[in-house]
Amino acid sequence: MHRFNQLSLRLMVLLMSLTLPASALAEAKLDEKINTTLKPLLDAVTSFVFTSFNIGGVGIPFVLAWLILAAIIFTLYFRFINLRAMGLGFKLIRGDFDDPDSVGEVSHFQALATALSGTVGLGNIAGVAIAVSLGGPGATFWMILAGLLGMSSKFIECTLGVKYRQENADGSVSGGPMYYLSKGLAERSDKLKGLGKVLAVMFAIFCIGGSFGGGNMFQANQSFLQLVTVTGGENSWFADKGWLFGLVVAAIVGMVIIGGIRSIAKVTSKLVPFMAVIYVLTGLIIILMNYSAVPAALVSIVSGAFSPEGIAGGFVGVLIQGIQRAAFSNEAGIGSAAIAHSAVKTNEPVTEGLVALYEPFIDTVVICTVTALVIIVTGSYGTGDVSGVALTSMAFESAISWFPIVLTVAVILFAFSTMISWSYYGLKAWGYLFGESKAASNTYKLMFLVFVVIGSSMQLGAVINFSDAMIFAMAFPNIIGLYFLLPVVKKELNAYWKKYKSGELVRQN
Amino acid sequence: MSNTILVGIDGSEGALRALDFAASQARLSNQGLTICYVIEWSPFTFNTPSENEERHRRREEELTRAHSDLIEPQLIRLAQSGVSAEGLVRHGHAATVLKDLGVEVGASSIVIGRKGTSRLASVMFGSVAGSLVQIADRPVTVVP
Repeated sequence: MHRFNQLSLRLMVLLMSLTLPASALAEAKLDEKINTTLKPLLDAVTSFVFTSFNIGGVGIPFVLAWLILAAIIFTLYFRFINLRAMGLGFKLIRGDFDDPDSVGEVSHFQALATALSGTVGLGNIAGVAIAVSLGGPGATFWMILAGLLGMSSKFIECTLGVKYRQENADGSVSGGPMYYLSKGLAERSDKLKGLGKVLAVMFAIFCIGGSFGGGNMFQANQSFLQLVTVTGGENSWFADKGWLFGLVVAAIVGMVIIGGIRSIAKVTSKLVPFMAVIYVLTGLIIILMNYSAVPAALVSIVSGAFSPEGIAGGFVGVLIQGIQRAAFSNEAGIGSAAIAHSAVKTNEPVTEGLVALYEPFIDTVVICTVTALVIIVTGSYGTGDVSGVALTSMAFESAISWFPIVLTVAVILFAFSTMISWSYYGLKAWGYLFGESKAASNTYKLMFLVFVVIGSSMQLGAVINFSDAMIFAMAFPNIIGLYFLLPVVKKELNAYWKKYKSGELVRQN
Repeated sequence: MSNTILVGIDGSEGALRALDFAASQARLSNQGLTICYVIEWSPFTFNTPSENEERHRRREEELTRAHSDLIEPQLIRLAQSGVSAEGLVRHGHAATVLKDLGVEVGASSIVIGRKGTSRLASVMFGSVAGSLVQIADRPVTVVP
């Protein structure tokens, strides 16, 4: 307890030192100060994770090749499970084969919805805009393809997440890559025991980093940017008050994760799916309003995918943008979702994997594609140096002038729910390393809040690079483990598939 | 187990009247009672990760509390008046659970109380009695 007090004191001092200089002049410079102090550090981490190799003069980040190669191998190994199991996955989500004795436990639908609220976030709104502005319309094609392949990676992760989860004494469960990497590999063979442990610790460290980066700073940064955009851009009262926005958001997040105020999280968890539906429907309406531009948009997506014009890096450049933003948005192969999915109540781990197929599908193939199409059909792409959430906002605004306000609400809610989810992922990883005591948890939670303020105050470039770096770093230990554990999943799948095909599964209702 | 009347109860007075009515019917026809309390729950809700993590424990708590606070006192009361009864707690949508449970225990009929909510309220939120009468495959008695 003593150690915790000291730590939290230090964190409080850090928070105060970021916020105390309250004179107007200092206020304006504060955002800048945070930016210049941390930028070199974050850039160093980024360049390490995105070490590239050259093909035909274009640098390909190793981690992206690593992710997409794994997704292709997994898809082939499980003979296109991503497509052939979608029917069964849907039946499972509907609850067709639920065990009647576990009514009242976490259902497949609930586990999927919770995981989705962690992935549907600014990646779908801002990330896609970044992909299209850097890679052209063709990036959409590779994004969709990466989303479809990512379904296989997600299937494996979530099956393993449930299979090797740890059931705590109080009946709660802790699951995720930390557990399948350590327990799963140890089970495969004694020789792998040490490796499993190392991978699990690596994953936990990167996951904590990811929870501060993509799961936090990126969300805070982009939602702040959107707020500034709708309140008048550079002239907005908010323009140089990122730290203030950060403090307010940190206070609300803190009320939920430290104060344990359930009502805020409850309201958000109900509003987020509603906002997601509004977002997708509005997107579809805008696409329909511009129906005459749709065929040309589709042509530009396909032709731009293979022979892009005026894109840095040409074909490979587009490919990279598409894959990178898809992976950042749906997190397939990253391992994060396995933590959320492992709460489901089921005796068949593979069922949760089959349900999880829908996560990259909804996230990337549906929502990201809608964003991309809106940007392309409204002609907003290529009209200036606008990128990120501002580009998406501009595209929606060109069709429905007041929509940026709705978008701002949606963006802040998405950001908030993603932060809540990621704070949970990070906390689980932290708990794996330092134990799940109250002092340890609170230390993590305080750090998480500090990063909300930092993320709101910094410029997009540094934040997005660091966010990418940390989230993608998780893929290294995770996917190594997945390769070793493929036979385990295959055995589970075959047994379950046989039961399904023979009609042995009892259909409820 | 075909000699039983299924009674759906909650904490309300209407439920007590329904239970008393069912008990007198059971005595007259020499049947037993199955009393059930349904905890409103849907598998299609949106939760936070920590809600999901704690769900198992909360479910256990809900079951224990419903048994001790609602079911047990009634079982004792029924035993004193010489009616043999069994108590159950289930999660789900009340009308659907009672309908399915009627089949499961082979109840001769289902007895429930009604809340007497206004027409507007039942249009907005639905009424358990109304839905049960519509979907049940055996006689339903609604006690006012």
